[in-house]
Amino acid sequence: MIISVLSGKGGTGKTTVAANLAYSVDGAGYVDCDVEEPNGFLFLKPEITKREKVDALVPSINQTLCEACGKCSSACQFNALAQVREKVLTFSQLCHSCGLCSLLCPVGAIQEVPREIGIIEEGCFDGHQFLQGVLNTGEPMAVPVIKQLKKTIVNNKKDVLVLDCPPGSSCSVIAGIEHSDFCVLVTEPTPFGLHDLAIAMELVNTAAIPCGVVVNKSDSGSNTVKEYCAARKVPVLMEIPFSKKYASMYSAGQLLVDQNPELKERFIALMQEMRRLADEAVSYCKW
Amino acid sequence: MKVVVSCTGNSLEAQVDPRFGRSDRFIIVEADSMDFEVIANPAVTASQGAGIGAAQAALDKKAEVCITGHVGPNAFQVLKAAGVGLFNGSGLTVRQAVELYKQGKLSEILAAGPAKAGMGNLGMRHQHGRK
Repeated sequence: MIISVLSGKGGTGKTTVAANLAYSVDGAGYVDCDVEEPNGFLFLKPEITKREKVDALVPSINQTLCEACGKCSSACQFNALAQVREKVLTFSQLCHSCGLCSLLCPVGAIQEVPREIGIIEEGCFDGHQFLQGVLNTGEPMAVPVIKQLKKTIVNNKKDVLVLDCPPGSSCSVIAGIEHSDFCVLVTEPTPFGLHDLAIAMELVNTAAIPCGVVVNKSDSGSNTVKEYCAARKVPVLMEIPFSKKYASMYSAGQLLVDQNPELKERFIALMQEMRRLADEAVSYCKW
Repeated sequence: MKVVVSCTGNSLEAQVDPRFGRSDRFIIVEADSMDFEVIANPAVTASQGAGIGAAQAALDKKAEVCITGHVGPNAFQVLKAAGVGLFNGSGLTVRQAVELYKQGKLSEILAAGPAKAGMGNLGMRHQHGRK
């Protein structure tokens, strides 16, 4: 079962929920899909045993063959090519690896070549599987790294995998939640939290993935998040009240469940509830 | 000589738009006769690489000189590779800018400005990755 943890707004507690959940549930693996700034390793302290690089295919132009006809640069939807006088310039970082330029080139001057944009690291913590994608500094496109992470997961028949997704609701979040069995939306009871929760919720609904909400710092702010969830019949699965103790443990890179067995029980209960809701959604679809 | 100016209106009295890639139109002025043509910037709404697309449009119009405000690193690279002269016309009308250019009184843009400057305070946050 694949569980994606997302939030809309950043800094609401995705990694706190994902890392503590994966640690609490027997045999659950953790996958950091927030490849721009992966930080789950700070809490789970995995031993990395395998590294694999992630390449993106980009055009390489043979300037002796190139006739500067401009077909490639005018067809590129991402402005990754520009035709300047008798030459074509490439902007590899903007390339989405669609390969159209090499298909169109009438003289075969364009070859697609791999360019390293990040790595995938694999290891384990406390007997649980750990995976993370790391996008190289300065690279603008996270999606290819997330997609390769997801490919690694497909070959992996773990019972439960918890995916820590990026914030926001753009392409990289879509790549993160794709093919998940359940989505957990972590939010905080503030106007920003609610605003971005609504956008992320729309995304999850469009992807038709069953979901539920975890409210972090639930005793602060206002009631609007809970009212929003009630109106849309989205279950609030867990509430984590603000606690100075949790905040200082987080700052020290500790897992909250480490010294709080009652919280660990709540994460295990959260897992059971998500499993039940996901099964329910599957049987509803079959019906 | 063809001068391409990023601008905010359809006449020589329009203001120079200090943005290049995100300017919504360009005036192409024939410097000697002051005849001009206005073209829409095909890249203004591009999700990425607007400067490259805009520079390509300027080159397709055979621009030899470009007057604008800030030029990002990618557009700078494209325009420089084509040997296009870059000049700063911020705060001027198109006519004033072209006249000053002809008198050699416009300052040259010698280095690329920061990326995404033309996207206002949204900047990087509207990039492909994070929202």
